[in-house]
Amino acid sequence: MNIDLKAEAITPRRHTFSHIARRFGVDKPASRYEEATFDVQPMVNFHYRPTYSPQFELYDARRTRIVMNDWYVFRDPRQFYYASYNISRAAMQQSFDDAVNFVEKRDLIASVDPAWRDLFAAWLLPLRHVEWAANMNCQLIADWGFGTQITSAAAFCGADRLGIAQVISRIGLLLGQGTESALKDAKTQWLEADVWQPLRRLVEDQLVVHDWFELYVAQLIVLDGYIYPLATGAFDRAGAAHNGAPLSMMTGFLGDWYADNSRWTDAVIKAAAAESDANRIILGEWFERWSARAEEAVRPIGAMVLGAEGDAAVDAAGARLRERMIALNALEAREMAA
Amino acid sequence: MTPRKMSLKQKYGAYTRGLDWKPTYQREDDVFPFAKYEGIKIHDWDAWEDPFKLTMDAYWKFQAEKERKLYAVIDSMAQNNGQLGITDARYLNAVKLFIQGVTPLEYQAHRHFAHLARHLPGAGLRVAAQMQSIDELRHCQTQIHTISHYNKYFDGIHDFTHMHDRLWYLSVPKSFFDDATSAGPFEFLTSISFAFEYVLTNLLFVPFMSGAAYNGDMATVTFGFSAQSDESRHMTLGLEAVRFLLEQDEANVPIVQGWIDKWFWRGYRLLSLVGMMMDYMLPKKVMSWGEAWETYYEQAGGALFADLARYGIREPKYADVAKAEKGHMTHQAWGIFYNYTHAAAMHTWDIDEAHMAWLREKYPDTFAQHYEPRYRKWREQAEEGKRFYNNGLPQLCQVCQIPMAFTEVGDPNTISFRVSEHGGDRFHTCSDGCKDIFDHEPEKYAQAWLPVHQIFQGACGGATLPEVLDWYHINQGADNMDYAGSPEEEQWNRWMEGRRPVVPVAAE
Repeated sequence: MNIDLKAEAITPRRHTFSHIARRFGVDKPASRYEEATFDVQPMVNFHYRPTYSPQFELYDARRTRIVMNDWYVFRDPRQFYYASYNISRAAMQQSFDDAVNFVEKRDLIASVDPAWRDLFAAWLLPLRHVEWAANMNCQLIADWGFGTQITSAAAFCGADRLGIAQVISRIGLLLGQGTESALKDAKTQWLEADVWQPLRRLVEDQLVVHDWFELYVAQLIVLDGYIYPLATGAFDRAGAAHNGAPLSMMTGFLGDWYADNSRWTDAVIKAAAAESDANRIILGEWFERWSARAEEAVRPIGAMVLGAEGDAAVDAAGARLRERMIALNALEAREMAA
Repeated sequence: MTPRKMSLKQKYGAYTRGLDWKPTYQREDDVFPFAKYEGIKIHDWDAWEDPFKLTMDAYWKFQAEKERKLYAVIDSMAQNNGQLGITDARYLNAVKLFIQGVTPLEYQAHRHFAHLARHLPGAGLRVAAQMQSIDELRHCQTQIHTISHYNKYFDGIHDFTHMHDRLWYLSVPKSFFDDATSAGPFEFLTSISFAFEYVLTNLLFVPFMSGAAYNGDMATVTFGFSAQSDESRHMTLGLEAVRFLLEQDEANVPIVQGWIDKWFWRGYRLLSLVGMMMDYMLPKKVMSWGEAWETYYEQAGGALFADLARYGIREPKYADVAKAEKGHMTHQAWGIFYNYTHAAAMHTWDIDEAHMAWLREKYPDTFAQHYEPRYRKWREQAEEGKRFYNNGLPQLCQVCQIPMAFTEVGDPNTISFRVSEHGGDRFHTCSDGCKDIFDHEPEKYAQAWLPVHQIFQGACGGATLPEVLDWYHINQGADNMDYAGSPEEEQWNRWMEGRRPVVPVAAE
């Protein structure tokens, strides 16, 4: 038996906004993601040129060398709009908090090999500065990107990067037994130690790149494509022999986050490459330029953590990244042999 | 030795500015290339005190909770025909004005706070700016979701972003925001965070939300309550940012004063649209524009500027003009919309007797003498089947872009206009306030995309009005024209059958 609740049925006069119906070719109900992102950015009839870069309009597709006929093909497979994004991240943060509380309550850090604990601090904590730069790069993409699909997702990714930098900082405070000492040491390393300088130079060089799509490739594809697989793969595994599990519990979310973010970055690269050969050539050019530098920059860190096996781990990360780009049709397979 | 426990401030510092470092492989001026060209001098970015100390984990959790509650109301509204609960279909025109004029600005604010979050050299301010950037994105997206339900039943909402880029009255908010985002980072902070979010927010954002509350618009008012804590953060940022600029160097004071003067006037002109909404479009009224101006500007603003006097800041120039005009401004603005409703994506209507009585009471010195006779004449014409539509195109102010219908202070029978020359051309402005703004940066305002000029230049779909309206994507006979006789009126009366007495529209 069903209960039969009567409600007044009023026929809607339309099902979605006209700009969305035009995209579908038909007036049918649209998802919240679609209504929140499609065609929200102003496109024409800007009143004044920006005083800080008068060669461009306020929103200008020419701020990148990538050319798209329609900038609304960068659909985020996660379909994030503000509400779904925050709800997802509140849950992710909660799982991190639970892990840290678990570790803290049982003082599990004390059970980790001290030498590994120090090495862990040495490779993880300076990465919060890399995240901070990644945050700035995402802000630039949100600022100068074209179309709401890209700018809103980039803004969410930027917030993620600040959140990750803060989570790493929290781990640093824990490792410093409630003081800033571990974070300060790590910052000194970041600024002065030879092992970090190639990476810091690369990061600072990214901060003067003004083509937002190049930055997308350099940061979100290439640099992340080296650092995250190493941090959550080979580096993490190396801790197992030193009772590093409590530390892995705290960094486990990094792998989850990277997998989630890659769903979006894959979709963006795939769509840009599918648009034209010209785009594919530019993407390939950026990929080669930045991956050569990234590989060089992470090599000393790989050696610091993994010793003689560091190079192999870096090479493996580079090979996987290249395969990923080939699978997205952004690189020709033949370039692999080069 | 037991380590000393870190204070909240120290911890927050570690979570934010502790992440930052001074670049050495690249020059700081290349990393932050826009920080100096406005002439603002910052000697110590570390002197910036973070007003909120909000970390991302707290942000995500707090905002996620608010979103869960808001979307429950939006869902319930859709499920239960929430549109039936509004006071009258005419109320929806305030919502139309909001989504056409304000929602796109929220998006643009999202973009430009991301600009500050990237380009301000101070790490503390960058963090504050990026939270505001995603807050603004929130407001844009939740407004779209809230109003999406009304779009299914009401006209004028269906193509709001297309219209925002084109319609004559929407170039008023659009040019306002374009003005701010085309300026340097410090002027943007002063214009949007301070003048707009702090000084004028109770006159802009709040009247729409209060109007929703008074008129049974549960969805919009729930959004308003949900956005309140964001807005109060934005207001605090605005005030703290301006104090910071003023404290950093005395040479900043005249620059900031110039921006306050400009953005006060720019904001005040933009508020013509809001004031008109308050006095004319809400079936159940919250307060009059005149009352709101007295409460939120003359009293609250007066206290603020008295407080800022210690930095050498005085009240904005032409605040006295705004005060003197407050009995006229909204009636003149409604007059413009009544004249040009055939070219607008919203309705206007005859002002009935009860409404006129309210206006007489709220504006005892101006309404009966100057505006009531006009409305009675228009009613007469409508009753004779000759509802007045102005088929000429108005001259627009080069700066605020409002049709030139405002009158001289103290002389409500003379249209106010001013002329400037620049590059061999003459440019017309509506007031001393707008003329000052033009004369200070003529090369900027000469670029303005003026909708009427563009129509005359043939850039708007054709030479006839129906062609221009097609180009605007106005569904003619539904989105535009008088409420009397509109599909919305017919629909509303049908919905109300058996529910409550239908309020007659006098012009029928």
